Amino acid sequence: MTFQAKARFSSMLEDIQVGPSYIEWKGKKLTEDALTWQPPVTGTVYGTLLNFTEQVEALQSQFNKDPYKKPPIRPIMYIKPKNTFNAHLKEVAIPEEINEVEINATLGIIIGKTATNVKEEEAYHFVEGYTIVNDVSIPHDSYYRPAIKQKARDGFCPIGPWLVGKEHVVDPDNLLIRTFKNDELIQVNHTKELVRSIPRLIQDVTEFMTLYKGDVLLVGVPYNPPKAIVGDTIRIEIDQIGSLENQFVMENVQVAKGEHR
Amino acid sequence: MKHARVSCYGQIFEAIETEGKLKLSDGRIVEQKDVVFLAPIEAGTIFALGLNYADHANEISFKAPEEPLVFLKGPNSLIGHNGLTRRPKGVETMHYECELAVVIGKKARHVKREDAYEYISGYTIANDYAIRDYLENYYRPNLAVKNRDTLTPIGPWFVDKEDINDPMNLRLYTYVNGEIKQEGSTKDMVFDIPFLIEYLSSFMTLNEHDIILTGTPKGTVNVVEGDEVIVGIEGLGELKNTIVGDEAFAR
Repeated sequence: MTFQAKARFSSMLEDIQVGPSYIEWKGKKLTEDALTWQPPVTGTVYGTLLNFTEQVEALQSQFNKDPYKKPPIRPIMYIKPKNTFNAHLKEVAIPEEINEVEINATLGIIIGKTATNVKEEEAYHFVEGYTIVNDVSIPHDSYYRPAIKQKARDGFCPIGPWLVGKEHVVDPDNLLIRTFKNDELIQVNHTKELVRSIPRLIQDVTEFMTLYKGDVLLVGVPYNPPKAIVGDTIRIEIDQIGSLENQFVMENVQVAKGEHR
Repeated sequence: MKHARVSCYGQIFEAIETEGKLKLSDGRIVEQKDVVFLAPIEAGTIFALGLNYADHANEISFKAPEEPLVFLKGPNSLIGHNGLTRRPKGVETMHYECELAVVIGKKARHVKREDAYEYISGYTIANDYAIRDYLENYYRPNLAVKNRDTLTPIGPWFVDKEDINDPMNLRLYTYVNGEIKQEGSTKDMVFDIPFLIEYLSSFMTLNEHDIILTGTPKGTVNVVEGDEVIVGIEGLGELKNTIVGDEAFAR
């Protein structure tokens, strides 16, 4: 069985057919590693905190205490800036001073047209399709301040491998997300466990900020995300979308002016 | 030189300021009143600093942080000079924040503070409005406070770095309806520009057209529908903007 998707190998998105063990591109059948994947999106990537029931329930007892004082009201959003964008089969560099990173497997909703103040009932009109995102983060226990240092590292946002059009995804609010480390299943999550469903999230986010074509909205990060260290290979599979794989390596920074750190 | 991006004659142009007028990239000279000013830079990543002037931190009952309080903004929030900013119905406190915006000129990673200015292409002014009613203590200041559409006027000019002698000694000020409300100097930043570039580039790559909004001094007060807000910085010009209500947006 094959399905249709759109991938980016250059500046534009191109049609591909995804087969059981090959990718068909421009009439040729190739293995995945024969292609140089780029993220299938170029817009702004917005993440959502506290949108999986399990995470919210686990933190419930802290919400009324310092520093939070009150449970969250609006969706708590953050941005994965452009320097974090990474792609399928590319390496993710773990900074030298860090032992391990969190693997936050999630579904990315790709926006198809300008969405401002959209109502829940119409939300899917503004969706182009879906992709897989790994919101790699340095572990942090406090959500009080924006986690820029933890989330905005270079290459900390693998996206892909491709975009699957919404017409090919039967029920996006009912997708299994599975994370494998070195081929062993280490976490299972499900989009039916979202606090705000996909249409509701689009409504509550576009109430205050416009999403543009090519922007990506991440549905949420899992509770107690698994960790990866140098040498690990992480694969995230989402039903009907595909599987995103990255190897974790040690950072080897090229310092401005040429020398290595 | 002062650069702008403007819309007129049915096109979008790059322009430069000349004797109070604008010279479009095709040579035509136009009056400033005859153009629509856009954000002067098509921004990459937009960084903003919270509590980066000790006097403002005190004003909103915080002590200045030991490490920069950095948050990010999306492109949806930016509007140009003379634009309109929405104040949602029922809001109690919305305040302006006059800020020096630093524009990155080239890829920067592990930059030392003594080299930081080499990575800057120029400066502009930003008014980093906040709607304090929406503050929540999760990733604070959360995006609902700071990243709303129309909440970040920027411009009018992108001013070349060479034209600004000492960016760490510039007067900043805000007028609301012609009355001065905020005054300060960039010399009072808690974390100065070279520090911020060293700090950010120590853990991530900065790229050309990334922008750092460096925080605001004391003197932020509530503004309401109809208010005309002008934020100015010595050598960079004045950025004007008007507050409008939900009716303008059919909400």
